[in-house]
Amino acid sequence: MQRYILSRLIQSLLILLGVLLIVFFMLQLTGDPVSLMVSRNASPEQVQRVREEMGFNRPMMVQFADFMTGAVVGDFGMSLRHRQPAMKLILERLPATVELATVALLMAMVIGIPLGLLGGSNPGGFWDTLCRLAGLIGQTIPNFWLALILIVFFSVGLGWFPTFGRETCTVFGIHLPTRSVILPAFALCLFTTGQLVRFTRAAVLEIKNEDYVRTAYSKGIGDRQIYTRHILRNAAIPLISIIGVQFGYLLSGSIYIETIFSWPGIGNLLAEAIGNRDFALVQAIAFFASLTVVILNLLTDIAYGLADPRIRYGD
Amino acid sequence: MSTILSVRDLTLRFHTFDGVVHALNGISFDVQAGETLAIVGESGSGKSVTMMSLLHLLPMPPARIARGEALFYTNGTPTDLLKMSRADMHRVRGAQIGYIFQDALSALNPVMTVGRQIGESLVMHLGMDAETARKRAIDLLDDVGIPGARARYRNYPHQFSGGMRQRAMIAIAIACNPRMVIADEPTTALDVTVQAQIVELAKRIQRERGMTVVWITHDLGVVAGIADRVLVMYAGCPVEIAPVDDLYDHPQHPYTRGLLSALPRLDDRSRRDLASIQGAPPDMMASPRHCQFAWRCPYVFDRCWKAVPPYYPAGKGHATQCFYDLENGRPRTDA
Repeated sequence: MQRYILSRLIQSLLILLGVLLIVFFMLQLTGDPVSLMVSRNASPEQVQRVREEMGFNRPMMVQFADFMTGAVVGDFGMSLRHRQPAMKLILERLPATVELATVALLMAMVIGIPLGLLGGSNPGGFWDTLCRLAGLIGQTIPNFWLALILIVFFSVGLGWFPTFGRETCTVFGIHLPTRSVILPAFALCLFTTGQLVRFTRAAVLEIKNEDYVRTAYSKGIGDRQIYTRHILRNAAIPLISIIGVQFGYLLSGSIYIETIFSWPGIGNLLAEAIGNRDFALVQAIAFFASLTVVILNLLTDIAYGLADPRIRYGD
Repeated sequence: MSTILSVRDLTLRFHTFDGVVHALNGISFDVQAGETLAIVGESGSGKSVTMMSLLHLLPMPPARIARGEALFYTNGTPTDLLKMSRADMHRVRGAQIGYIFQDALSALNPVMTVGRQIGESLVMHLGMDAETARKRAIDLLDDVGIPGARARYRNYPHQFSGGMRQRAMIAIAIACNPRMVIADEPTTALDVTVQAQIVELAKRIQRERGMTVVWITHDLGVVAGIADRVLVMYAGCPVEIAPVDDLYDHPQHPYTRGLLSALPRLDDRSRRDLASIQGAPPDMMASPRHCQFAWRCPYVFDRCWKAVPPYYPAGKGHATQCFYDLENGRPRTDA
């Protein structure tokens, strides 16, 4: 297991290095970054001054080395707009996005896995129809549209939830989510729920017919234990990888959902940064999103090893 | 000897998209307490389907039992396994009848330790607590000849060798001391030396615990070493049943005779080709109207195409489903 984790760790570091490279050259690909940063009618002298201020007049290799030494310690330079370190801005917004993503993931798991299990255990029945419908709806309805409908219906119409913004309550110094997270989280979890329903159903349908399930039946094990101990345990293996990938996607921040609900998270920050051509911030967010995905993939691989003994010992 | 299982006219069909497969066509046989009955036949002849259907282990649908009964005797009282409720069946499986599957790698849960897979039915049927079940599972692993049982208890199936997995499979089947064990080709996936060990193990366990064994196989060599009686199946029909020696010495069905003559012999020095049975097994999509072996039978005559033959007695405990009297070399004259 240690060797397995170590090899995954080294792979992750290499990926991050690649990401840094891409993030750096992303800016150079725009041609002359300075022309994007100054206003259209700036004089050549002004452009030259900004160029020197930002250090774009230095040789490429020097710029790259500078960028890399900064990036390694989390320094992506100052946000042009906010006049603050880009990383600091991200870390400020992080709790809101983590809260939204976690609640959305929990919702998706609580709805998706039991529904997929019910559907897969009696194919063709009522639950299966519901399950397939949920999978289809979850994956096809655009979440920004659903978000607007939810606001119109539950916030404006029924007044159950605030229409926008994030509210927290503080218990013993810990910020806890309030009902303000429910609508954005539900809109955000929709796609993940659809995926979980479909994959759980498919996994159960497949595993139900495995020889070892028949062996379990031949021992006289009851249906409930067959599902919890034998089928679900094995179905968990493919589900872990989906949950990992989906959580990474949720954590990178959703531009649509955070914008619609004015949720003060990373997605919102990114939308703003792109609008302002705030390059340092965009670079920092891009790197941060990759970092999140890489870390989650690493955790997924480790969880995978824990769930499947064939991987754990198979090195 | 008392009868422990009595199967009568078991007829089972698979209703598939392509049509109805007549998998079992009126299977009847008895199993005596304490004996080993071998069921032999080629792939698709219905050996496994027969025994799995008794324990409701076939997916239904597509499988459907058209008629028949399977009386399982407990202290002389029969209960029909085929009509048993789901809950009652849970109490029979594992506790009364154990099942050993053939490919132990796929038949064992890959993410559960071998020990827990053995202990599971102990907790279920005998109401043992976790610690007692653990001790008992270790004893069982030891009993089926797994060295270092205490450490092996924590292992997963993929950490076992093929032979050890099959031993663990046997430990699972016998965990609750069932009265009958069905061994469904337990030696098929193993190499010959391990096969022999598994056969020896099965014989020892049967002797020690006085279990009844139904041994499904297509290996006539294994049959000779282990069985008391043999049921030969062909295309879902029970073509011959006989005590083992009698079957080898005086096969009464052309199919059995063909099978036996197709066995290669170590002492045969001639360089001729191995004997084989011409043709292929019949299409099982049609309901049998006559002897299913007629297409391939060297002794076929007009009557064979007109009706399904009944059982003809052919010696003590010996019966065959054939219109031709092989022993005397002429058609039977009963009707």
